[in-house]
Amino acid sequence: MTATARTLPALEPSRRAFYVGLLRQMVLVRRFEERAAESYAQGRIGGFCHLYIGQEAVATGAVAALRADDYLFTSYREHAHALVRGTPPRAVMAELFGKATGCSGGKGGSMHLFDAQRGFLGGHAIVGSHIPIAAGAAFAIKSRETDQVAACFFGEAAVNIGAFHETLNMAALWGLPAIFICENNRYGMGTALERAAAVYDIARRACSYDMASETADGMDVLAMYDVTARAVQRAREDKLPTLIEARTYRYMGHSMADPIHGHYRTKEELEEQKSRDPIEQLARRLREADLLADDAFKALKQSVEEEVEDAVRFSEESPEPDLSALYTDVYRA
Amino acid sequence: MPTITYRDALNQALREEMHRDAAVFLMGEEVGVYQGAYKVSRGLLEEFGPMRVVDTPIAELGFAGIGVGAAMVGMRPVIEFMTWNFALLAIDQVVNSAAKILYMSGGQIPVPIVFRGPGGPALQLGAQHSQALESWFTHVPGLKVVAPATPYDAKGLLKSSIRDGNPIVFLEGEMLYNTKGEVPEGEYTVPLGSADVKREGADLTLVCHSKTVAVALKAAEQLQHEHDLAAEVVDLRTLRPLDVGTLVASVRKTNRCVVVEEGWPLGGVGAQVVDELQREAFDHLDAPILRVTGADVPMPYNKHLERAAKPGPDRVVEAAKRVAYREG
Amino acid sequence: MATRVVMEALSPTMEEGRIARWLKHEGDAVKTGDILAEVETDKAIMELQARGEGVLRKVVVPEGGTTAVGNVVAVIAGPDDDITGLWDQGPQQQERREQQVAQRPQERQKAEPIAAEPARVRASPLARRLASEKGLDLQIVQGSGPGGRIIKRDLVPVAPVVPIMPVGLGGGEGWEDVPLTQIRKTIARRLSQSLGPIPHFFLTAEIDMERCAEAREALNALGEGKVSFNDIAIKVVAMALLQHRDCNAWWQDDHIRYFNEVHVGMAVAVEDGLITPVIRQAHRKSLRQIAEEAGALADRARTRRLTPEEYTGATFSVSNLGMLGIDEFTAVINPPEAAILAIGAVTPKPVAADGTVTVRRRMRVTMSCDHRVIDGATGARFLQTVKRMLENPLAILW
Repeated sequence: MTATARTLPALEPSRRAFYVGLLRQMVLVRRFEERAAESYAQGRIGGFCHLYIGQEAVATGAVAALRADDYLFTSYREHAHALVRGTPPRAVMAELFGKATGCSGGKGGSMHLFDAQRGFLGGHAIVGSHIPIAAGAAFAIKSRETDQVAACFFGEAAVNIGAFHETLNMAALWGLPAIFICENNRYGMGTALERAAAVYDIARRACSYDMASETADGMDVLAMYDVTARAVQRAREDKLPTLIEARTYRYMGHSMADPIHGHYRTKEELEEQKSRDPIEQLARRLREADLLADDAFKALKQSVEEEVEDAVRFSEESPEPDLSALYTDVYRA
Repeated sequence: MPTITYRDALNQALREEMHRDAAVFLMGEEVGVYQGAYKVSRGLLEEFGPMRVVDTPIAELGFAGIGVGAAMVGMRPVIEFMTWNFALLAIDQVVNSAAKILYMSGGQIPVPIVFRGPGGPALQLGAQHSQALESWFTHVPGLKVVAPATPYDAKGLLKSSIRDGNPIVFLEGEMLYNTKGEVPEGEYTVPLGSADVKREGADLTLVCHSKTVAVALKAAEQLQHEHDLAAEVVDLRTLRPLDVGTLVASVRKTNRCVVVEEGWPLGGVGAQVVDELQREAFDHLDAPILRVTGADVPMPYNKHLERAAKPGPDRVVEAAKRVAYREG
Repeated sequence: MATRVVMEALSPTMEEGRIARWLKHEGDAVKTGDILAEVETDKAIMELQARGEGVLRKVVVPEGGTTAVGNVVAVIAGPDDDITGLWDQGPQQQERREQQVAQRPQERQKAEPIAAEPARVRASPLARRLASEKGLDLQIVQGSGPGGRIIKRDLVPVAPVVPIMPVGLGGGEGWEDVPLTQIRKTIARRLSQSLGPIPHFFLTAEIDMERCAEAREALNALGEGKVSFNDIAIKVVAMALLQHRDCNAWWQDDHIRYFNEVHVGMAVAVEDGLITPVIRQAHRKSLRQIAEEAGALADRARTRRLTPEEYTGATFSVSNLGMLGIDEFTAVINPPEAAILAIGAVTPKPVAADGTVTVRRRMRVTMSCDHRVIDGATGARFLQTVKRMLENPLAILW
């Protein structure tokens, strides 16, 4: 159950800005999620709230490998994906607060963030249902003969649902420019993967469809970037899909309403995984390579803090949607 | 004016819309090489190629979802379910995705998609192949539901549905594909949300859709010749949104109404029609509104049992007589 | 055994009655069939019969008192019977009478509830609305739907109920029912909705009465009796209707009854209103007979002595306000008849004839028609015949 052992490539000083950018994004996601948790506990966020804390490297690294005109689909654990894609923290937090200034006008909530301009196409709450939808976007790309790609993020529990199987079969059969990224955080709510999957090694399932696959260390943002970049190239140039298994770990419960540990996992296991924290990992490597001093890191964190606080303040002050919004956008006129 | 089959009317609609808009494509089981399970897509693969007429594996949920995704990024998919019975496998995509994405995204992302295929009973196909599930979909805000009864309406409504820009459930019928009717040459469409008076009459209103339109027309003939009752036959054509105005105008004139449908009685589309009329035409009703529906059972295989389960002209005539207070 | 004496419905449209005179008094012995009182109804003075025997123990409604149909007016019982409590409660629901519900417009009365605590009436929403629009009380309508539900067809004027059925119109003799065609039904439905229960339209004609006036003067000069313009009009109308059966009809809601005989209603002004006694078989009667009958009926009408048989069953009505100096007017149709002819005064007027102006006696008549039964051309043709006959009196015999 350990990540695939690999020798970490050396950092290139010429790409310092790139690395620091990734680090900042992960810090932003982390801080945002922590503040979201607090807001939820204070009753400002209602319904379900699924946090990404611990998994930051997956979204950050993968989305960095995409182009602005590529399409993105994800499940309900999606605040990170929207943020790293470029949706302003204000718009995301306001959506969690249900305000009119939210990226879905307050009508989607935590599980249904949408940002059409940035190709961020949701935000889907039925497990696995967005997998074929992402393949549909890939189909459109192929039909129009552009070199865009469609990326789809889902949890490891989704690989057992019919939609996953039907989609990967068609994506491979037809050759669609899609990237299927399984964020394997080991637990579907309270069920460990080995209790749900006959074949535990998720990447191996790709061979059922004769599809390319890779397994990656989901706690290593640069590894995520590299593996995704390879899949993107395959999609853009060869018009072929890839299944990526990113092995990661979530620190919080499945959602804010679920236990962090207890029956389904031990506190000790959680502590052990935290020792592989993605932010800590990258920060340490940058420091060791003299690419980011401590006080620069502190300043980075401070700037993130201010950005997130601003988002919270903005959300608190934003108006609720008007009651008339109840009936808008049911149909397109 | 040419007389063509319902099937050919749909074929023409698809062909014309695919010529008109390169974003329109057809996807489903056996639509391409096989020429369509019911031959609705005959000749289209040859004309438009495999990126526009796409054969799928048996994976309703999968290819319905693919349709939704393609629509979200600007294409105009027409997803064919071989029958609407199988659409239950894909209902998550129709109801949870297609119907809701515009709303959940705060109006950012429309889903211009048509889900089409035959629904309702045919002949002795058994319980799992004979269901009229329109009320499952009329129930859902965000969807529009269309059920043409004639070749003219089929062509006009399919064209309108493809252009509408919203997710549409389009209900055809195996028993309708061979029926014939006049269809003009040249461009025309039939608007969604508009019912059609298929036969005028002043004594009672028969509300129907899809295959029950022929049943109602037969009943109307019988009512005229044997009971001197002139029935007005109103074909709903679109089930969501309902054309309440036409229904009310008819009942104001006739003061009595019978609603005919293939589906099961509980919560059927007819129940909604009755609700609209009792609210909007209350003071014009001289009798309670009666419904003639499919029997409240899974469809049996045996021919006579099946016939008894379907709404036939005799049952419609009986109900019509009751609302007209005619004995015997 | 006590008998409640109630105010009975003594005419088709009666809703209340006035005790004009008690012929029996408290303490008198009474046998079944005795006349207890004279009751003034909306139409005439009727006799109230005893339907039980014993002693007239209590007069509840005194002379001059008015009460609604169905209320107790007196109690007959044995001399020692306890009669307390027999007339306190309101409604007597002994019989539900079938009433002719369609009211003549000029005699429409506000419908008063019969009962203080009416039983719940079952009626279709349409029937309720129609009843409300026509000012009808559903309490007095018999419903023919399931559970006694009142439905649309129950609000249609039905043939007068026994004993009001006029002699000579029994069972198919003298009339023929013709079902409505689709066009008729559609016209009926559309016009009814726009113009109220009876869609009236009006045709006016001016008739040269010179020859008719001369003939009348000559006849009256014979000294064998007097004939009035009204009598002549009735006869002419009756003869013309024989040629125009389509104006001699009743609207029956889902069919039209065309009569082969003519019974002309003649509007008579009475002290506080109007009543229309009927001259039966007017087409068969001579002018003399019509004149005598018209006179007698008018007298009886004014003294409120007409029986129901005498004022129902007309197939066509005539109303004359000429004697009151009216040149022309429009009359309202008496349902279920399909038309009425309003006759104005005979007046000398200057008219153009042969290139010069002369003075001739002229009369204007206006025919009100029920558009569900009679179309413009149909009515006009009838009026043409009437005009022809009055302008050429021998044409009556042609």
